[in-house]
Amino acid sequence: MNNLTDSDPEKDNGPVEIKQNVDHDSVQSDLETVSEATTWWIILRRFRKNQVALLGLGFLGFFAFLAILSYLDTILTLIFGQGIFPYGPNEIFANGASSFEPPSLEHIFGTDNVGRDIFIRIIYGARISMTVGFLAVLVSLSAGTFLGLIAGYYGGVIDSIISMILEMLLAFPSILLALAILAIFGSSLTNAMIAVGIVYIPYYARIVRGQVFVERELMYVESAKVLGAKTPRILLKHILPNVFGVLIIYTSLGIGTAILEVAALSFLGLGALPPTAEWGSMIADGRYYWLSGPHLVFFPGIAILLAVLSFNLVGDGLREALDPRFKR
Amino acid sequence: MNKIKESPALTSNDFQNFVKFMAKRFLRSIIVILGIITIVFILFRILPGDPARDLVGKFPTAERLAAVREIWGLDKPVWDQYIIFMQKLIFEFDIGMSYDTSTPVLHELGLRFPATIELALVSMILAIMVGIPIGIISAYKQHTRTDYLAMILALVGVSMPIYWLGLMLQGVFARDLGWFIGTGRIEPVLSSELNLYAFHTNFYLIDSFVMGIVEGNWLFFISTVENLILPGIALATIPMAVIARMMRSSMIEEMGKDYVRTARSKGLRERLVVLKHVAKNALIPTITVIGLNFGALLGGAVLTETIFSWPGVGKYIWLSITQRDTPVIMGFVMIVAIIFVFANMITDVIYAYLDPRVRYYERD
Repeated sequence: MNNLTDSDPEKDNGPVEIKQNVDHDSVQSDLETVSEATTWWIILRRFRKNQVALLGLGFLGFFAFLAILSYLDTILTLIFGQGIFPYGPNEIFANGASSFEPPSLEHIFGTDNVGRDIFIRIIYGARISMTVGFLAVLVSLSAGTFLGLIAGYYGGVIDSIISMILEMLLAFPSILLALAILAIFGSSLTNAMIAVGIVYIPYYARIVRGQVFVERELMYVESAKVLGAKTPRILLKHILPNVFGVLIIYTSLGIGTAILEVAALSFLGLGALPPTAEWGSMIADGRYYWLSGPHLVFFPGIAILLAVLSFNLVGDGLREALDPRFKR
Repeated sequence: MNKIKESPALTSNDFQNFVKFMAKRFLRSIIVILGIITIVFILFRILPGDPARDLVGKFPTAERLAAVREIWGLDKPVWDQYIIFMQKLIFEFDIGMSYDTSTPVLHELGLRFPATIELALVSMILAIMVGIPIGIISAYKQHTRTDYLAMILALVGVSMPIYWLGLMLQGVFARDLGWFIGTGRIEPVLSSELNLYAFHTNFYLIDSFVMGIVEGNWLFFISTVENLILPGIALATIPMAVIARMMRSSMIEEMGKDYVRTARSKGLRERLVVLKHVAKNALIPTITVIGLNFGALLGGAVLTETIFSWPGVGKYIWLSITQRDTPVIMGFVMIVAIIFVFANMITDVIYAYLDPRVRYYERD
């Protein structure tokens, strides 16, 4: 898509009259949108052929649907006193339910040690995990992209300093750095989310930096400079869109990882606090009751596994679609 | 890549390059480590709270607090505090006392590290032994059902919460079926006797093995191995999946190269081509992944050890966080990061040794 923005000297000598009263900038952006749309169309077509990735997308949609459903349920309960579901996520011994009821028609995934419906809690957990995953990646993505753009574009001393700090942050095994951050700032779901977000900043920064190194040497950046574009404009309007494809892959993979890590922190009792219906802390709650009810641990774990797996499948599928060399 | 076999025989010029590369890499590691220590210092010392209170231990009296302030220079400017902190760390290996037990942090950690290292090494060996063959087979049988199945399993492996897998394994194989104890490093009855044994490294595999040979009593060794199985599998899952995926993709990349066609047209048997030529070269990028995952294993140990009551640093650090034992957390994070940096450095050096081109790329 870059070569289209390069001016062709022979064509410039052609139909001059038509071009004269056309804003040069809008022609260029028209060309860009056309070429980009085509590229994305090709990528979409490749992605559609990948059945495994589509399956992942399907699961992802399903979890998003569950999350929306739980929001609706909360709103309806607030307004009418009765939501979509027969029980609330924290309703103890709802409708005469007892503890450790095995899966049945009434309670699809059974009930936990205080008679809460595990199915409803998993639906509410979907909303927490999806939201937290997205927000954590938003933290690392925005900070990482900013640092990567700056380091990659300016190079030299600025790059050396940023790269060194990134390398130091990368030296901490991911969950440990998150643990250290939580040990200092105290444990809560928000802090766990921010901690995971901070931990993954270097990964995004590195990817962006590497891409910018390649892009900034290309003709189109040179042309933009010659045309007098300012640095922020070059970075945001020219380089960033070209890095976008790679970022989208890592965003998908990253949300999966973030969900996994926040759940792990909650399992350790450092993220979501009881009685929040969060998948990781549900596993932690159920771990001492294996003999009474293995389903307390089993179902939340499957939920985490499927949610993370779907993001990974979509990420892998996008990678293959964007770069056919990875195609199986 | 096809010259790999010859690379160990370095010419003198090559050797010089290699030494230069190693020196540069070592210097960079040192700088990164100093940076890590600084980050930890900033995180734990400059933030609100009384650092003297953290350093003194469980029973602070006015005199002891004053003594700690004097020793660590806490009434001096931050810069001086930093210098004292560095001096104490480098020359005395002193990073303070555990809040809970009032013993030096490094001593506490040292007691528990062997258990963690033992578990991490066993898991890594397991991950390599299973992951690499899966990667080879999957690449060789590309596009077949075997390949798809292996890769989906690998993806499930990366997506799985390992603490959940650990709990499921523990539930099914220890609680339901009763095949394993499911907690601890060795059967509780045997543990004190093993700990009192004359040959004592705190690596139970080694201790009990020596005991088996010397005393002819293999009960301890068998129990140790049995107790390693479940946590070992749980901890190995992620690196196993990562290694299998990496091995597969680098095998596929290698198989498309010219030298493979040459080897085949020479009439070499397919088995030989795949195992001796392709797999050998495909191993090089995989080694990097293995190195990088070792640090992640030490992090993952926190989850695995908590579940299996494994008396290693992972479980200890979790307890320390819940008890807000700051010096311990600080020391642990620092040590693991340093181990991680060294593991990366060793990986890079092995990589450069195996693939001479790396050394030239690094020159500028």
